[in-house]
Amino acid sequence: MHNRRDFLKTAALAGGALAAPLLGGCAMGARPRGHVVVVGGGYGGATAAKYLRMWSERGVDVTLVERNPQFISCPISNLVIGGDKTMADITMGYAGLRDTWGVKVLQDSVTAIDAAGRTVKLASGGELRYDRLVLSPGIEFMFEQVPGLETEAARATLLHAWKAGVQTVALRKQLEDMPDGGVYALAIPKAPYRCPPGPYERACLVANYLKRSKPKSKVLVLDANDEITSKKALFTKAFEKYAGLLEYRPGSELREVDAAGRTAILEFDKVKADVLNVVPPQRAGDIAARSGLKLINGRWVDIDWQTFESVNTPGVHVLGDAIFPAPTMPKSGHMANQHAKVAAAAILNLLAGEAPNPAPVVMNTCYSFVDSKNVIHVTSVHQYDAEKKTVLPVPGSGGVSAAANELEGKYALAWARNIWADMLV
Amino acid sequence: MKLLRWTTAACLLGAAGLAHAAGQPDPNLARNLAATCANCHGTNGHAVPGSGSEALAGTDKDKLLQKLRDFRSGAKPATIMHQISKGYTEAQLELVAAYFAAQK
Repeated sequence: MHNRRDFLKTAALAGGALAAPLLGGCAMGARPRGHVVVVGGGYGGATAAKYLRMWSERGVDVTLVERNPQFISCPISNLVIGGDKTMADITMGYAGLRDTWGVKVLQDSVTAIDAAGRTVKLASGGELRYDRLVLSPGIEFMFEQVPGLETEAARATLLHAWKAGVQTVALRKQLEDMPDGGVYALAIPKAPYRCPPGPYERACLVANYLKRSKPKSKVLVLDANDEITSKKALFTKAFEKYAGLLEYRPGSELREVDAAGRTAILEFDKVKADVLNVVPPQRAGDIAARSGLKLINGRWVDIDWQTFESVNTPGVHVLGDAIFPAPTMPKSGHMANQHAKVAAAAILNLLAGEAPNPAPVVMNTCYSFVDSKNVIHVTSVHQYDAEKKTVLPVPGSGGVSAAANELEGKYALAWARNIWADMLV
Repeated sequence: MKLLRWTTAACLLGAAGLAHAAGQPDPNLARNLAATCANCHGTNGHAVPGSGSEALAGTDKDKLLQKLRDFRSGAKPATIMHQISKGYTEAQLELVAAYFAAQK
């Protein structure tokens, strides 16, 4: 919990810009001022950039550093892999953030953080000073945990397509080139990984495509987990609809891969595929994982749940898939967007010399397509628990669909359009 | 003009602000809570036109609150809102309904 003394101390540490309003008679609720640098323009970072500008009535300067020229959405990208949507459907620009909200958008990446000096170094050579820094770098793959994936050549053959973009297109191409009667195998890492239901949705949508176009083919789901990690009963039902075509194998952790032979080596088995899609284990993106921020399990950033500030690095807030999640909290784009709003509100409080909201609330919804039209959801609401200093799912709330249905197929696409607008427009 | 508005708000909120520091609700609580709905219902309740999501901005507060209560009790069937509405307290739903009602 932040008490008044804590936040005054934080404000004092934040620098001289904040000292003046604190001395005034109306210090509380003073207009937030300062410069926030946001690293990463995905679901977390883009949302943070917009909401910092919107909620400060453009009083706080925001610079967004993103290495890609455009945003490409992971949610809905399984529909591109299944042939139901195109890349154009999941690609959007940053013009809205720049032109409507006055965010300074730099196509660049941050290579180092000086948290004491409150500056970041850019790959292009420059340096940016900040009052508050937001890191929303997403995930990095732990290729070293999958022997056989060391080389670029191996990674160009055994695709992950777990960051939407060139790999999404390449995996689609591999599936189109696969002969009828071929085998598509998908290797799922142990949880926690980005987007818990995502692999099962992908298996369904690839099966859906093969059923239509190459019905003699097979889908093999090699899951390192002992059971389906999200919407289990609903995905089990969906898999039954693809019986004969799709086979689910739990407890199938990869020991090694042979890229040239497109072979997955398991503890007691070898699986040869025509298309071998390997989703490696994951950790926080490099800039968050290698800047001295405290990590949990050496993989995910430990944060304060009222502010999303790193527990050991003042002034640095971390969002989205890169953080160690609260109990039952998924790594999802929806959740990253929610993190961003809690963090934006807290940062504006801190920049104005106020205490952050003591009771943040976040919620999640993940829709998954089980074919071109039918969708299932999982949803949850998480409220801050002052005693446990984390956000916890509210007992009796949340849940999953009764069954896959077309109405939720419409809502899933409505969700996509609205969340993309919420972060970028 | 904008600065004046902020300053006035700051002075008016002075007492609330101090109370907030002592553990009282944040003056931005309604805004923050309503922001959790934006993923489906649009920023400040302005859903993307034609997206198929219900726009909440400008909805009558009592009507919206009743709807949320009906989702919670199960009186109004839903695909998902019956599960989400149970995650918020009555006081939070009131704040959310009032916030959306005040949006133009």
